[in-house]
Amino acid sequence: MPLALLKHGLSSGRVEPPHLRWQPDLKRTYDVVIIGAGGHGLATAYYLATRHGITNIAVLDRGWLAGGNTARNTTIVRANYLTPEGVAFYKESVELFRGLSTELDINIMYSERGHFTLAHTDAAIRTARWRAEVNKHMGVDSELIDAAEVARLCPVLNTSDEVHYPILGALYHPPGAIARHDAVAWGYAKEAMARGVEVHPATEVTGILVEGGRVRGVETSRGTIHADKVVQAVAGSSSRVAKLAGLRLPIKSIPLQACVSEPVKPILDQIVVSGSLHVYISQSARGEMVMGGVTDPYGLYQTRSTLDFKEGLMAHMLELFPFMADLRVLRQWAGTADMTPDFSPVMGLTPIDNYFIDSGWGTWGFKATPVCGLRMAECIATGRQPEMLKPFLLDRFRTFDLVGEKGAASVGH
Amino acid sequence: MKIMVCPLNGPRNITEFVCGGDVKAVPDPAACSDAEWTDYLFIEDNIAGEVDEWWLHTPSNTWFIARRNTLTDEILATMTVADYFDSKRSAADAVAGAGGAA
Ligand SMILES: Cc1cc2nc3c(=O)[nH]c(=O)nc-3n(C[C@H](O)[C@H](O)[C@H](O)COP(=O)(O)OP(=O)(O)OC[C@H]3O[C@@H](n4cnc5c(N)ncnc54)[C@H](O)[C@@H]3O)c2cc1C
Repeated sequence: MPLALLKHGLSSGRVEPPHLRWQPDLKRTYDVVIIGAGGHGLATAYYLATRHGITNIAVLDRGWLAGGNTARNTTIVRANYLTPEGVAFYKESVELFRGLSTELDINIMYSERGHFTLAHTDAAIRTARWRAEVNKHMGVDSELIDAAEVARLCPVLNTSDEVHYPILGALYHPPGAIARHDAVAWGYAKEAMARGVEVHPATEVTGILVEGGRVRGVETSRGTIHADKVVQAVAGSSSRVAKLAGLRLPIKSIPLQACVSEPVKPILDQIVVSGSLHVYISQSARGEMVMGGVTDPYGLYQTRSTLDFKEGLMAHMLELFPFMADLRVLRQWAGTADMTPDFSPVMGLTPIDNYFIDSGWGTWGFKATPVCGLRMAECIATGRQPEMLKPFLLDRFRTFDLVGEKGAASVGH
Repeated sequence: MKIMVCPLNGPRNITEFVCGGDVKAVPDPAACSDAEWTDYLFIEDNIAGEVDEWWLHTPSNTWFIARRNTLTDEILATMTVADYFDSKRSAADAVAGAGGAA
């Protein structure tokens, strides 16, 4: 391996991963066009190919393979949501994640760490108890634990009450996990491409062809493509792409920032979130402390980083983990999150025939990658909204049937 | 730190402000359809470019209007609510006047 690496390092030619079968030319017609080659678009293509036998598919991306929020997230996977609709949906995703390395034949480094949502107030304890009860009812492993149990399970955490906001307890969710985000997208791409699906980077969708209430294809920076069915899975660009089809969404694009420390030896096994302090942290397999918090205070289509974010983050982080004072920040970045009013996604059928949407993934959509792909593929193949996705229709905002997940998703993504 | 100019208090740190969302017309809840009302509540234009928004300077509880560019993260102008709606009105009058003359 080191020799092979050295050879690539010295060679001037570009080295393509051998498992991705790129097709240079765009065809003029496909059965399905998927806009956005992030995890969601690629998973949708994979399940269309493997579960429904539809392989005449083009996945188009204006950038490169999975360079959007799929590459920028902090990889937390969990099912401890608040509503029965949300819990059932994310639970299916966790189950799919567990078998994904085998299914895609790529090591996604799925690592179950145990997920703690700390409570520092009575109100937070109440929400934790509520979530634990809904979770248990839905067959998801969660429980409310007290401060002594938090200290026992996560000894590196500062559980002293000599702090601004002492820890009163936590919602403990043992299956909470982290994974290698890029491998998830590459795995789906590789297996979809092996079945004939085409992935075209550097191909921006600039228009959507709609005739008589039915989608006919897309305009791209590389010409017009006709398609029987079109899907948009473009995260932070959801409103802009939907507008091309004449749709307006309940979505606001707001940056979410994150950062990692320099790598150190394993010290933190768990994923720790504090809703009251607006911070979360886990340690990656590489040893970096992966940290983040809530979205920026105002809407923006930009991925700049700010000092305000890191100052706010660290002020609270040092209270939870005083040893962090010795660590330096290694990298910082941001992604554009597509935020909905109820912190739940907008998925499935739209008012335009054969035009499907997968959006509103905000700060919580990485964990949903497998279930989104599976259920969106079902929706596209059958032309019907799957039972699992009925609560997430765009229409719910017309009827006030919101799926309120803010209490479970605004800080702990 | 980013600076925003409050029309009442002058330049202040951006952390002193809260964004209140797009300036948009409020439909008459007694007269509009349910769809118009839910659109007003939930649907966002989410424009990539120049937007006019409500902002609040929290320490002094001052609401005002800011024009921002959501692609470049620039604050282009801030103005009092009265100035903003006066300028909108005179712009509308000018259009109506021009139409009348033609
Ligand atoms: C800092 C950060 C931390 C996060 N942490 C977590 C977490 O811990 N757990 C979790 O579950 N979720 C998390 N998320 C959310 C998660 O990253 C996203 O919800 C998820 O990755 C969305 O995947 P996607 O495939 O829908 O979008 P993306 O990966 O963003 O893919 C969309 C693609 O569409 C392309 N596109 C856009 N416009 C066009 C166009 N006109 N034509 C062609 N292509 C276009 C883009 O180039 C992009 O590649 C986090 C997000 C951020 C930013």
